[in-house]
Amino acid sequence: MAIATTDLAGAPGELTLDNLLGTPEGRELLSCIQCGTCAGTCPYGEVMDYPPRRLIGLLREGMLEEVLASESLLNCVTCYACMAKCPRGLHLTDVLLPLVKEQVFVRLPEVPAELQKALANTLRYGNPMGESARKRAAWMATAGVPVRVLGQDPAPVDVLWFVECYTAYHPRGQDNCRATAKLFHVLGTDFAILGNEEKCAGECGRLVGETGLFDALADANLKLFGKYTFNRVVTSGAHAYDAFRHQYPARGFTHPVEHTTPYFARHLEALKPRLTKKLGCTVTYHDACVLGRHNGFYEEPRRLLQAIPGVKLVEMAHNRINSMCCGGGGGGMWLDTYYKAKGYERLADRRVREAVATGADVLAVSCPYEVSRFEDSLKVLGFEKKMVVRDVVELLAEAVEA
Amino acid sequence: MKMVPDIVEELEVAADGKSLDLEAARPIVSESDDHALEQALLLKDRLGATVVAMGLESPDIDDVLFTAVAKGADRAVKVTGVEPPVPTSEVAALLAAVIPAVPDLMPVDLVLTGCQAIDDLDGMVAPFLAERLHIPYVGVVTGAEIKAGEARATVLKEYAGGVRARYVVALPAALGVQAAEKPPRYVPVAKVRATMKAAKIETVDAPERDAPSPLAVVRMTKPEAAGHAEMLEGGPDAVAAKVVELLTARGLL
Repeated sequence: MAIATTDLAGAPGELTLDNLLGTPEGRELLSCIQCGTCAGTCPYGEVMDYPPRRLIGLLREGMLEEVLASESLLNCVTCYACMAKCPRGLHLTDVLLPLVKEQVFVRLPEVPAELQKALANTLRYGNPMGESARKRAAWMATAGVPVRVLGQDPAPVDVLWFVECYTAYHPRGQDNCRATAKLFHVLGTDFAILGNEEKCAGECGRLVGETGLFDALADANLKLFGKYTFNRVVTSGAHAYDAFRHQYPARGFTHPVEHTTPYFARHLEALKPRLTKKLGCTVTYHDACVLGRHNGFYEEPRRLLQAIPGVKLVEMAHNRINSMCCGGGGGGMWLDTYYKAKGYERLADRRVREAVATGADVLAVSCPYEVSRFEDSLKVLGFEKKMVVRDVVELLAEAVEA
Repeated sequence: MKMVPDIVEELEVAADGKSLDLEAARPIVSESDDHALEQALLLKDRLGATVVAMGLESPDIDDVLFTAVAKGADRAVKVTGVEPPVPTSEVAALLAAVIPAVPDLMPVDLVLTGCQAIDDLDGMVAPFLAERLHIPYVGVVTGAEIKAGEARATVLKEYAGGVRARYVVALPAALGVQAAEKPPRYVPVAKVRATMKAAKIETVDAPERDAPSPLAVVRMTKPEAAGHAEMLEGGPDAVAAKVVELLTARGLL
């Protein structure tokens, strides 16, 4: 019976110890010194039967079946902490764990209902929330500035703005959309969107182990990119950025890609004269795992925040490479009910407690998942009057006076 | 398995004023049919049965049938040469004629289908089919158990108010499934894609249509707003005062 495929040496599509160790990343397992830093830094390490260190130990002992039969990797929120801290530089989060997780996913006796729904929705509608694909660009009605849709006006464009799902559909994500559109206008950027043709970039599908879904979405988006002429992709999705930068090139994607936060940081000098409104707030910034640990964008969001008049930036105890995950990566976005049923603490709650402890009144983020995750936590923990969650681009746009 | 309009998309009435605009609609498999398949697969998991998924030729039905095979169905059969629309009674007549004609299919122990589909709500396919095949029928089923070697099934049926009944029904039988014992299983996309390459959908020709259904849709419209809710504005005291005033004016206080 065919299973989800991965390009492995030997027998493609089937994970065996031989073909795992036949890949360059797989061979890295042999250099693991079993120091346990990975397990110690893993946000769900304490609830996993097999945190990364044990998992590697089992694989090296040939106990692949035990690893694949365990649901430990469903608790992996792909936060890149183990990989960032590994003294041997093992490609844990980006290659090794996904290889194993893909097989774990295929063998799951039952895919948790919330995750199953999100995956089925993403395949059918191109977004995990199950909204109509025909309404993906509906937010444009409230954009406040003209936004070009390539399907209607396919003339070449400088910036193809890949909006992504939570930004396009979630009411708070749409605030991010309006802010981004406003900032592009302020900068005089030549930009356009894919509108209703765009589909989820698929990064979470891949990292939860549903690689076939990622393949289907990447194929669709690459075909779409081929239809239009543009110089670069700028995306609001932190996870989409990660997929475009690290996964799409192997499939023929050659354009430069930027996330909106580093993009606006690169244009900060041009923006600065327009940042005239004093916001008067204390902000603490949460480093999104994929932007920070995986791609090194630690200073760009902070430079943007510090350029806003009346913003005082304070740091949480865990910041930059030590940032704590919101719990939304690797499918965690749709595993909250699964984690709750198991009695695990919601990682976003843990993070929000730390944010509130800084005394800041704004929790600034750069990943569209985090807005709803942290807002939910603020409500659950009773902090909704103490702190609000704002995307960095929302704060920037607010500081631009009409 | 039947395709119905996906209500995630806006539904439009066609120009004839008595049918849905199928160009604007997007087909999706009927939810209770998906549950019927799941119940069949659960029985197969427990008993080692052979499951045959069937559907009438319609847009996207191939995807649904391949997905059924990827989930564990042994065969997929598509009935071709059916001109829509096919009203419920005709679907039942058609299936009753086609099922015995599918090569190497008969005898079957169970015919499972969804108990209702959102595009007609009649819920009559399974009972009509049972009548034509001269087999017993149980509807609104939420679970089924068969003991190996016994020619009968024990099925759960749900009534209103949380009341459930357990029926013993002689096999072969037709079941109208409301919900499988477990939610329909997930099948990885790669497995569906591989199935599309490896598996084949068998086809059988639809027989000549019977006497047409005596029922016809006269008019189809979107709900028309007859009134609207009034939002009470103001602080809690002001709103409470207005609620009291409204209830008093209507003689309810």
